[in-house]
Amino acid sequence: MTHVGPVGHAAIYRYDDFDRRFVQERVNQFRDQADRRLAGELTEDEFKPLRLMNGLYLQLHAYMLRVAIPYGVLSSPQLRALAEIGRKYDKGYGHFTTRQNLQFNWIKLEEAADALQALADVDMHAIQTSGNCVRNVTTDQFAGVAADEAEDPRVYAEILRQWSSLHPEFSYLPRKFKIAITGSPNDRAAIKLHDVGLRVLRDPAGSGKLGAEVWVGGGQGRAPFVAKLGRAFVPEEDLLAYLEAILRVYNAYGRRDNMQKARIKILVHELGITEFLRRVDEEFERLKGPRYRLDEAVVADIRRHFAPVPYDADGGATPVLSGDEATAFARWRAANVVDTRAPGYVAVTLSLKPAGGIPGDMTSDQMDAVADLADKHSFSEIRVTHAQNLVLPYVRAAELADVWRALDKLKLAEPNIGLTGDIIACPGLDYCSLANARSIPLAQAISEKFADPARQADIGELHVKISGCINACGHHHVGHIGILGVDKKGAETYQITLGGRADLDAAIGEIAGPAVDAEQVPAVIEKIIEIYLRERSPGERFVDAVARLGVKHFKESLRAAD
Amino acid sequence: MPLIEQGEIVADAWVEVADDAALPAEGGAIISLARRIAEAETLRGRNQPLGVRIPPATRAEALAEHLDGVQLVVVDFPKFRDGRGFTVARDLKERFGFKGVVRAVGHVLPDQYGFLVRCGVDQVVIPEGAKVETWRAALDSFTGAYQTSVGDDRPLSPLKRLLNKAG
Repeated sequence: MTHVGPVGHAAIYRYDDFDRRFVQERVNQFRDQADRRLAGELTEDEFKPLRLMNGLYLQLHAYMLRVAIPYGVLSSPQLRALAEIGRKYDKGYGHFTTRQNLQFNWIKLEEAADALQALADVDMHAIQTSGNCVRNVTTDQFAGVAADEAEDPRVYAEILRQWSSLHPEFSYLPRKFKIAITGSPNDRAAIKLHDVGLRVLRDPAGSGKLGAEVWVGGGQGRAPFVAKLGRAFVPEEDLLAYLEAILRVYNAYGRRDNMQKARIKILVHELGITEFLRRVDEEFERLKGPRYRLDEAVVADIRRHFAPVPYDADGGATPVLSGDEATAFARWRAANVVDTRAPGYVAVTLSLKPAGGIPGDMTSDQMDAVADLADKHSFSEIRVTHAQNLVLPYVRAAELADVWRALDKLKLAEPNIGLTGDIIACPGLDYCSLANARSIPLAQAISEKFADPARQADIGELHVKISGCINACGHHHVGHIGILGVDKKGAETYQITLGGRADLDAAIGEIAGPAVDAEQVPAVIEKIIEIYLRERSPGERFVDAVARLGVKHFKESLRAAD
Repeated sequence: MPLIEQGEIVADAWVEVADDAALPAEGGAIISLARRIAEAETLRGRNQPLGVRIPPATRAEALAEHLDGVQLVVVDFPKFRDGRGFTVARDLKERFGFKGVVRAVGHVLPDQYGFLVRCGVDQVVIPEGAKVETWRAALDSFTGAYQTSVGDDRPLSPLKRLLNKAG
């Protein structure tokens, strides 16, 4: 085994010998489990939860391996390793998901342990990317660089990664458990749509202590719920005790009779938030104390891994281009680049949403090229966003023209971040055994229809999200325009919702009219957008116009247009 | 069915007794929680080892006041996916300070053995014909953990612990 590990200045958690041994032991354990399955010692039913907790799903055509990208942070050697796994064990590409993970869709069971070994060699794993356990923790893709960030969520995200890894008590929960964490007042991690959402902050009561605001019971799927406030402030030292309390109540009382009702959101709903929190508080009072206390020194030690990269005093100014390049560059700068807290440094989002492409797909060659770009322009670090794009978090503004030209060559510079073409879509019926309908061809058709960057820029911020079934992996509930595949007498049809959003004003979209056939969807979306363009106030975003005018208004206008 | 403790087959000195059957005059008897509560008075006079089986949907606190004189608690795993027993076992040892033996019965997999032990389970009833080596190996799969375990871990830091068998 040749161990590479993260190099360079990337602000990424570096494994110590303990972490490395742990992941290696996990690979060895899985290799043994896979061998026992192949030898017939384990039934598929018994193997299933074991492989799931290593991210291995059985899909329509093959096994799918879901690799954890903890809180969406990657170093360039890690991205190169993913590229290599894609070449060796998949068909030369990978697929970034809405949970900041990466999926390989064509894995053979006989080779799965080798793929996990290749991950372990670069300090990565697929632990708990599925199964009824605490899943990979997600966060803001701009964590640590965002200008509006109050506290760095990555420190706590890493603590949660460790604490939740092979937890002896909470690995067989009623259902999966997703935690998202942000440190910014502008939530880019959709914390209110997770089983537990955390916002890192200083004690609002003024003690000066660091801690978190805790939200609980949010989620999408068949029964969408916006999370409820658990506690306005849990001090850092008690954070793990409080999470243990929540999980213990969930493990003991969550429903196990019906998979559709097994998520914590249903328990919170059925008990009522008051009774649920009473039980949590009871546990918390007992758990609080030295055994579960998160030591200051441990936090400080982990915080060191996320120290700021060695920035120059100033990253310079965005170059001014002329001629043919001027408009395209300006459009890309406006849509795909944000300023960060470091003077003259920007974060560049790489669009994995080319017009007519598959959202989140990336070839191994593109991964290698992006790793090179990260080495050259972004301290060897790459982020994955929950909108299925990548980010170079520390780019000198002065180098933006070079970066743009390089990305354009790689077809990763579509100027559509946050715009109509930046569609989130689940794998849908093309891959997934749960889906009712296809998602990818629909995303392709819509992005083609709105391919014109000028038109997208004019429409402005608009989040289109597509799920192939009610499990809502494509987050349709919180799409400004949400599209849900439904099975209507064996035909794939789509229901369209409006007004959903995933920020701190999280809301679930409302149905805008009867379900329509796949071919009609792009036209209906076009009509919805026309209504918006006609009736918006100056500067008013789509989602705000829907809130002001009401979904009913859109519904009636759509009917009148028919 | 075979019984294992610390990865080795051990003899089972206990018998399960149905609610309507008489208790044996000698030796360990495992009775239901309901019977433990209903016959508390009579049981006090019986000077033989007593075990109680706790139903899957019952939390450890239901047994807390009835642990006096109990040497064995049997925790039921109706299906390996049903993880409530992990919390029951941990509560018994950590919260209620139960010093006796916790035994897991029902459907559990070798791959869960390490978790069971770390939650305070001492004995596991394994299926007839199961390879005990597989269970023993499962116990030794990991030399470290990121969480506290019942009883025997050695903290390197609050998040990193060596499991005792490692050293």
